Amino acid sequence: MMTLDTDRATGFEIEVPPAQLRGGKVAADEIKMRVSGLDFYYGSKQSLFGINLQVLTNHITALIGPSGCGKSTFLRVLNRMYETLPHTRAEGDVRLDDEDILIMDPVNLRRRVGMVFQRPNPFPKSVFDNIAYGLKVNGTHGRAALQEKVEKSLRRAALWDEVKDQLHKSAYALSGGQQQRLCIARALAVDPEVLLLDEPCSALDPIATAKIEELLFSLQDQCTQIIVTHNMQQAARVADFTGFFLLGKLIEYNKTDIIFKTPAKKETEDYITGRFG
Amino acid sequence: MLARQSWRKFVNYFMFSLTGVCALVAVGILFFILGYLVWNGGSSLSWAFLTHLPTPVGESGGGMANAIVGSGKLLLLASLFGVPIGFLGGVYLAEFGGRALPFVVRYTADLLNGIPSIVMGIFAYTIVVLPMKHFSTFAGGLALGVMMIPIAVRSTEEALHTVPLVLREGALALGTSKWRTIATVVVPAARKPIVTGIILNIARVAGETAPLLFTAFSNRFWSPGWNQPTASLPVMVYTYAISPYEDWHRQAWAAGLVLLTLVLVANLIARLSVSGRTAH
Repeated sequence: MMTLDTDRATGFEIEVPPAQLRGGKVAADEIKMRVSGLDFYYGSKQSLFGINLQVLTNHITALIGPSGCGKSTFLRVLNRMYETLPHTRAEGDVRLDDEDILIMDPVNLRRRVGMVFQRPNPFPKSVFDNIAYGLKVNGTHGRAALQEKVEKSLRRAALWDEVKDQLHKSAYALSGGQQQRLCIARALAVDPEVLLLDEPCSALDPIATAKIEELLFSLQDQCTQIIVTHNMQQAARVADFTGFFLLGKLIEYNKTDIIFKTPAKKETEDYITGRFG
Repeated sequence: MLARQSWRKFVNYFMFSLTGVCALVAVGILFFILGYLVWNGGSSLSWAFLTHLPTPVGESGGGMANAIVGSGKLLLLASLFGVPIGFLGGVYLAEFGGRALPFVVRYTADLLNGIPSIVMGIFAYTIVVLPMKHFSTFAGGLALGVMMIPIAVRSTEEALHTVPLVLREGALALGTSKWRTIATVVVPAARKPIVTGIILNIARVAGETAPLLFTAFSNRFWSPGWNQPTASLPVMVYTYAISPYEDWHRQAWAAGLVLLTLVLVANLIARLSVSGRTAH
């Protein structure tokens, strides 16, 4: 067992067993994002309180907790998407590798930290153009290059076989689950280092959900994923690490099996055993 | 008890009938006007009316081809002037709204919308006609264009507000700049209501007469270029209707019918473009 940097403020210690290092690749134990003392405000109302959390490179981290606990808000700090809402403010230290994201150019930040939303939100364009959009924005031009990258992204999102004959049809003609995988493909197309997923399965049926989970699992070597979910089984199934939020505070953060089997905090245990929330 | 109950029933039926009658009157007036126009103008409406110049006083026949083309040119100029300004102003209101400035812009647009059209005419007269020392298509187009701005601002703003936030966020999340998100995702998604707003806006100013009386003035001949007085349908209706000639009266009705038909067709196109498929 190797032990990572102990968090100063909360004293959470994250132990990463060698088995989780994906065949001993050194890069895997790097910290991709490091959040220290994060406070967040909607106007004068504070909704996150002193969050400290480290996200490991090429692992899946799940954030769970009851509605309104701040987990989605937290996710939206990591790519500064909260800025689309007026009167919001984040204070603290949030780093991507070693760069302070709160002073970074948000456009550059979002090119490196992608996001998938609660409801599938394909653009009112064709399947092809949905994927090509982000590529063009990020400087890929030329029919052949675009075609190659679109196919690659759709294959990565396990959607190619289902849509290869309808690339030029409207994305709205796809089913909800396909639309969500299209949105994941769209995010993957620009090769993000981190992928934020905000309850990506909440609008989907169990079969579509299973496909998304499989997809996330297959992507774990390629990018760092942080997933907010209401569904505790989902966290248990896909995540290497799990954080439990309650009333704007990060109550506990550890390896997923520890959170679900031997949580340290009473609140965590109450939540995962369904005694509240 | 019983009296109160029957009183209540009476009031109920009375109000129901009253609202029904008023609705009928509202619709009836429209059809009455339409019918009256067709009745009076239909007989003068002919191919010659649409393709010939007005005849000299005293000669019967002739048409209003110059007024139809003149109206077209005035509306084109007005759109070129009013639509871009109104559209971009609307984009600003919907997308870059801070707090103070959008309020000022919105309030000003509403006030501008309330300015009587004749006042808009004096404005164009003073700004363009007096310095140039003659009436022109350009002055008329400018007056109509200014009238289009406030509605273009508000209809664009409302159209953009119908685009859900998640669509903007989807584009922003890919590292798209705000301006590019607006230009390539938000505006295309709101294309239909924006186009509808523009068409209805054009249809509205198409019938404006007052500002044209002393800007575009009128003309009994073709008006080449943009720098001379021009005939237009609304002004022709006015001039012909107050003339003492029976034949001109009928032509005024015909011009009114043409104008109304153009406006109705524009409305129809606008409605059809909205009711079409919203997804592509």
